[in-house]
Amino acid sequence: MFDSLSDKLDLIFKKLRGQGVMTEENIKEALREVRLVLLEADVNFKVVKDFVERVRVRAIGSQVLQSLTPGQQVIKIVHDEMVALMGGGEDNSLDLSAKPPVSIMMVGLQGSGKTTTCGKLARYLKKERRRPILVPADVYRPAAIEQLKTLGRQLSLEVFDSKADQDPVDICREALKYAELSGFDTVIFDTAGRLQIDEYLMNELVRIKEEVQPREILFVADAMTGQEAVNVATGFNERLEVTGVVLTKLDGDAKGGAALSIKAVTGKPVKFVGLGEKMDALEVFHADRLVSRILGMGDVLTLIEKAQSTFDADEATRLQQKLKKSQFDLEDFKNQLQQLKKMGSLESIMGMIPGMGKMMKQMQGNQPSEKELKRIEAIIDSMTRKERADSSVINGSRRLRIAKGSGTSVQEVNQLLKRFTEAQRVIKQLQKLGPKGLMKGMGGMGKGIFPF
Amino acid sequence: MTEEKKGFFRGLMNKITGAGEPPSAAQVGEADGGEAPARPGFFERLKRGLAKTHEGLIGRIDTLVLGKKQIDADTLEELEEILITADIGVATAVELIRTLEQRLKRDELRDGEALKSALKEEILVRLSRHAASLDTVGASPFVIMVIGVNGVGKTTTIGKLASKFAASGKKVLLAAGDTFRAAAAEQLEIWGKRAGVDVIRHQEGADPSAVVFDACKASLARNCDILIVDTAGRMHTKVNLMEEMKKIRRIVGREIPGAPHETLLVLDAATGQNAVSQAKLFKEAADVTGIALTKLDGTAKGGIVVAISNEFKIPVRYIGVGEGVDDLREFDPDQFVEALFQ
Ligand SMILES: Nc1nc2c(ncn2[C@@H]2O[C@H](COP(=O)(O)OP(=O)(O)OP(=O)(O)O)[C@@H](O)[C@H]2O)c(=O)[nH]1
Ligand SMILES: [Mg+2]
Repeated sequence: MFDSLSDKLDLIFKKLRGQGVMTEENIKEALREVRLVLLEADVNFKVVKDFVERVRVRAIGSQVLQSLTPGQQVIKIVHDEMVALMGGGEDNSLDLSAKPPVSIMMVGLQGSGKTTTCGKLARYLKKERRRPILVPADVYRPAAIEQLKTLGRQLSLEVFDSKADQDPVDICREALKYAELSGFDTVIFDTAGRLQIDEYLMNELVRIKEEVQPREILFVADAMTGQEAVNVATGFNERLEVTGVVLTKLDGDAKGGAALSIKAVTGKPVKFVGLGEKMDALEVFHADRLVSRILGMGDVLTLIEKAQSTFDADEATRLQQKLKKSQFDLEDFKNQLQQLKKMGSLESIMGMIPGMGKMMKQMQGNQPSEKELKRIEAIIDSMTRKERADSSVINGSRRLRIAKGSGTSVQEVNQLLKRFTEAQRVIKQLQKLGPKGLMKGMGGMGKGIFPF
Repeated sequence: MTEEKKGFFRGLMNKITGAGEPPSAAQVGEADGGEAPARPGFFERLKRGLAKTHEGLIGRIDTLVLGKKQIDADTLEELEEILITADIGVATAVELIRTLEQRLKRDELRDGEALKSALKEEILVRLSRHAASLDTVGASPFVIMVIGVNGVGKTTTIGKLASKFAASGKKVLLAAGDTFRAAAAEQLEIWGKRAGVDVIRHQEGADPSAVVFDACKASLARNCDILIVDTAGRMHTKVNLMEEMKKIRRIVGREIPGAPHETLLVLDAATGQNAVSQAKLFKEAADVTGIALTKLDGTAKGGIVVAISNEFKIPVRYIGVGEGVDDLREFDPDQFVEALFQ
């Protein structure tokens, strides 16, 4: 996805500039884009429909704020509503406040990542000073028990000694008894993956639930799930009344819209996300991060990670200072482009940056070539120091001189300046989003800000 | 075989998730966008709508054309969205709509029925254009390398394939190329036992290339007809893991010229748009020659393979319809499209 949603919306609203108020009419096209972005992110179509309706109701009649373009304003509404839908700000911590041993049950489809998540969760709880024991209750998949035992060895955690010829309900009952006698305070039950329409196996889960009275039943869902997420989550929730969701495999490039669908149908909070195969790749869920990911508003974290490996630290700090003072100038613009070049795949990086998709697109075609970057550099190099620091002084005759000096046309110089002004605007807005917006994600990291 | 397949697909079509009890009306409020926080009402409403039965393509298209005197461009625009929501993929949905627009101009889409059959036809064309079943006679040993993201069903599919080939009298060898995931080799060994075929494995944490090297040598020495290589699940976006996979490929090709003869990408039917990205990156890295679509015994219909076989010209070879050793079928485009529309 090269064009971010905000780019698309800006384009739509361009024709509407100066209208001041959002109306039924002028918002229609924008909502279609919102709908498509959500569908492309695998949010279930029914959820999308209701969600977009809600955004429409809120947007119509609202004054366009001074600081935002209409496109950004729609995004802000979408963003806020989505964070609200995902339970942003609500408590999504594990509830283990019961007489130990407290039971946690993991359920979900085949291959969703239950066993791995059991290991990660046990590790996490151990760090929280609990004493967890793992219980393999998947007697169906070949070597599933062995898989959990191996993880237990790696983590130096005890794993209940289940056998594949035992009944899963018996295993769970005995394991709970054993845990109580041996002084474990948390028991994590790894159940076999199953289809929500498999009556026999769903019944088995209900029996296990009755047996171990879990405080938490976590529905483990693959972030890559498509439209079916709704049916699957409904199926599990109706039979088991799950207490929370773990969204796995978010380390890939899936948008994870399934989480929205699941939250919408079950009302249950996403509690954790899985970000890799290693045992430490588990994080507490943050609604705003997922929402940014879906809206393509700059996957800030990924961006910072990528940036950090190539971007030299001094330059980052300098830039951060400048940004704070809103002094981003053409010299910085050029440096940014050079840094970007170093980072490799421009396309993937561009997609993460609000506003950048459009700028790059305008440069020509989809892929900004080396040549074009060179041309931009040449143009900026042909400017005087004063011009670079304050682009507003660049009048007609200066443009002509710069074009000549850089071997380009006035048109190209104009284009660059226009683009630069937009970049400045984007940066200003990034800052205006303030603590609630992107900067929170960045600032909270305590790492370098890298908006470009 | 054909009868059996039909039975399966009919079952698939009939499998509709039951409607849940309606949620209590107590909390339902009116969402009018005013100051009053309408959140509970919104969620309740949403939940209710979603609890309704599973809607297939047909049902949704019927609703779309209901009461329309004629099919027009607006209808098609809405159809585009319906296609995307069948996990068909954005690019292919757009392309399908363009084709239908042409047919509309030629006055071929007079009513809803015509629209439905035209759509079916177009999807079928896209699935059949590159369809081809896997033919293992060309080489001996014929090497199949199985790849995909985590948990899609690679190892299980290998178990089923091994048993199918063994049953047809072929000598099969399996290579436990997943040395990373806990107990992955044990899992494959159990499948080997079920199918009655040997498995070459090393310790967990060993170099997968070394396993594959040994397996190649063994398959030659033992005069095997077919060697199937299991690999660790990997995210297509992880460069180092993709490099590791390329290395495995290189080793196979060096030890057995022309191998792997088939690179089978396994996709989970429940996967949404991301399957396109998986296919793209795996194809770039490993020249995927076939697809196995697993877990079609669930409620997901795997619409995304329409996009994949269309956009990347990769044939779907097999579908997985359960966890048993016999739950593997050859892919049949006609039946697949029928099931998709239901
Ligand atoms: N219902 C159903 N389950 C399947 C099918 N194919 C595989 N599974 C299940 O999906 C789960 C994952 O399968 P595996 O074969 O271990 O998947 P994998 O791709 O090898 O997984 P990793 O090696 O961990 O990446 C297991 O529980 C399988 O039994 C299928 O066609 N239908
Ligand atoms: Mg495997």
